[in-house]
Amino acid sequence: MGAITLGHYLSLGGILFALSVVGIFLNRRNLIVLLMAIELMLLAVNLNFIAFSHYLPMEADRMAGQVFVFFILTVAAAESAIGLAILVVLFRNRASINVEELDELKG
Amino acid sequence: MASSISTALLLTIPLAPLAGSLIAGLAGKQVGTRGAHTVTILGVLIAFIGSCLVLQQVLDGARFNATIYQWAVVDKLVMEVGFLIDGLSAMMMVVVTFVSLMVHIYTVGYMKGDPGYQRFFCYISLFTFSMLMLVMANNFLQLFFGWEAVGLVSYLLIGFWFKKPTAIFANMKAFLVNRVGDFGFILGIGLIAAYAGTLNYGEAFAKSAELAKLQFPGSDWQLITVACICLFVGAMGKSAQFPLHVWLPDSMEGPTPISALIHAATMVTAGIFMVARMSPLFELSDTALNFVLVIGSITALFMGFLGIIQNDIKRVVAYSTLSQLGYMTVALGASAYSVAVFHLMTHAFFKALLFLGAGSVIIGMHHDQDIRNMGGLWKYMKVTWITSLLGSLALIGTPLFAGFYSKETIIEAVHATNLPGTGFAVFAVTAGVFVTAFYSFRMYFLVFHGKERFHHKPFPPEDNHAHDDHGHGEGHAHTPHESPWVVTLPLVLLAVPSVLVGYFTVTPLLYGDFFKDAIYVNTAAHPAMKELADAWRGPGAMAVHALTTLPFILALAGVVVAWWFYLKQPAIPAAIGRALRPVVRVLENKYYLDWFNENVLARGARMFGTSLWKGGDQALIDGVLVNGSAKAVGKLALVMRRLQSGHLFQYALVMALGLFGLLTWQLWPFFSGLLR
Repeated sequence: MGAITLGHYLSLGGILFALSVVGIFLNRRNLIVLLMAIELMLLAVNLNFIAFSHYLPMEADRMAGQVFVFFILTVAAAESAIGLAILVVLFRNRASINVEELDELKG
Repeated sequence: MASSISTALLLTIPLAPLAGSLIAGLAGKQVGTRGAHTVTILGVLIAFIGSCLVLQQVLDGARFNATIYQWAVVDKLVMEVGFLIDGLSAMMMVVVTFVSLMVHIYTVGYMKGDPGYQRFFCYISLFTFSMLMLVMANNFLQLFFGWEAVGLVSYLLIGFWFKKPTAIFANMKAFLVNRVGDFGFILGIGLIAAYAGTLNYGEAFAKSAELAKLQFPGSDWQLITVACICLFVGAMGKSAQFPLHVWLPDSMEGPTPISALIHAATMVTAGIFMVARMSPLFELSDTALNFVLVIGSITALFMGFLGIIQNDIKRVVAYSTLSQLGYMTVALGASAYSVAVFHLMTHAFFKALLFLGAGSVIIGMHHDQDIRNMGGLWKYMKVTWITSLLGSLALIGTPLFAGFYSKETIIEAVHATNLPGTGFAVFAVTAGVFVTAFYSFRMYFLVFHGKERFHHKPFPPEDNHAHDDHGHGEGHAHTPHESPWVVTLPLVLLAVPSVLVGYFTVTPLLYGDFFKDAIYVNTAAHPAMKELADAWRGPGAMAVHALTTLPFILALAGVVVAWWFYLKQPAIPAAIGRALRPVVRVLENKYYLDWFNENVLARGARMFGTSLWKGGDQALIDGVLVNGSAKAVGKLALVMRRLQSGHLFQYALVMALGLFGLLTWQLWPFFSGLLR
């Protein structure tokens, strides 16, 4: 067994991302799961950022990727807050958060 | 070119009737009936006197050909108002204004008490103006203006009693049939304007030699042949030649003065005048002349036959007019333009006389027009009787009468032509003499002689012509009465030229140089007129000589047969009618031309229109193009909307797949580089 390389991190990030995408596609019932899948996607991207920044050759460059992760976390938190707020309002109006029923925009 | 004629005089001639017409028409209420007829008669009188002055000056050698007013210039095409005064137009002006004056005076009596009295005077003065513009024109555009204006007035006057459905039908028919002719006419003018580059007669005729060399594009026809036939189609409409004659008998729905002025004496001869005016063009095309000759022959003979079986006094005269117009056309075809115009003039006098005589009889008979209800009228209407007799004698070509010289010369001219259609034309005009004599004197005998049938009216009129009634005070007494002097005076004044004009004018008009610069005949190719001139011995000798010729014998036979059939043995025509039932039926239906027009042409046009409407408009444009494209968009949208499921996960999937695809496409060079 060798040391953990960049490839391992990227694979983990890719698997997480793929999981979350599949989560979005397969999830048919719950809007909350949808939001969670989106969060997971962002986390997978964050993992990539961290991994890349850790393996950068220059010491001075390594901070940039980690700063980006903070930004993304902040935005993700704001986004889930808004998403959950919308979800609450939606539930009040429709008494459901079933994704299959939310097809108001259908042509 | 000795001297010129004053422009002011020439302008006065058409404008005086126009002024009269405007006053009578626009201020009819203010001037009243007396004012309306005074002002219009005055206008026409001025025009008549002016025309006589012009004729006098033309005889002295004066000519006029100039533009009065330039209306518009389109590129090189100049549209202007101008007058061309030579022998032809001067003669036409005098004939038009004289007959018009007579008709104006006559109308005072005929239309007395009609609610449209002022309107009527307005129209006939307007007609005089239009006709003068037509004959005085020096360019095609003004000719066309006059041509259409007289057509308009004709339309208005045929439908003068606009509450009568038959009159409305007749005026619509006249208008539509004339459209067919005018379509040809304007095509002819267009061809000449396109290839000669000018609308002016003189300039166009000067280029006739060049035009003669051109071919009609896309065919091996001579251009000039096509142009002349197109122009002649216009003449066929206006001058009521077969098969465009159908409107003229129906135009008898109009008041009788109009039938005399427009539908016998002047307007219908506009086509003859026009062809004579275009003689330099027609002379270039034997094909066109032959066409003219054959059409004229058909009209001359076959319309005469129809006159035999008519019972309406005006229709008999109308068919006689058609037949005589056919004679004029034959003369045109035979290159005897001057003879055609000569016959036009004599015909104008005696046919106006016959029509006005018929009108006088109609007044006397209290608007019963059926000749079977008349008979023995000579006792009651002496002036009408004598003048009608003179008119009929002139019509059948009795030697020394006006019609004799013109008609006889036409027959001789046809004999002298060498066109392919000559054989038929000779037969038609010769047989036509007998027919003319027969129907003229059938009518004459039935109306003025024989038993007095008006007491019991064997054929009561279906329509008692309530609109035509102009308020006789005597409450429809059943005895005919002579008409007032305003009616008989024009009869007498027209009878004089009907008898005398031929004898005195035949030499200068036909064999002198009166038409020398107005009518051009290519004597080498069409020697008819030259041969006649060589054989000319003077009017007296012609009359004596005619006593032994076939036409005179035929005319005499026609009169005798008419006398025998309708005075001596009235049973014979009835028996013949029974024996030849199919022939009579064909004649009664006017050779089924009306039937053909209504059922084949009109219905065909309607069916064509319906198919265009249903197929072209409704199916193709509305159905396929307009609604079809809307429907196509709708159908497409119906498919497309299935994609808009509203499910987030599907949107996300599509987005992911799209992103994947896009990235693959964009980054493909990079990846392929890696793989290599």
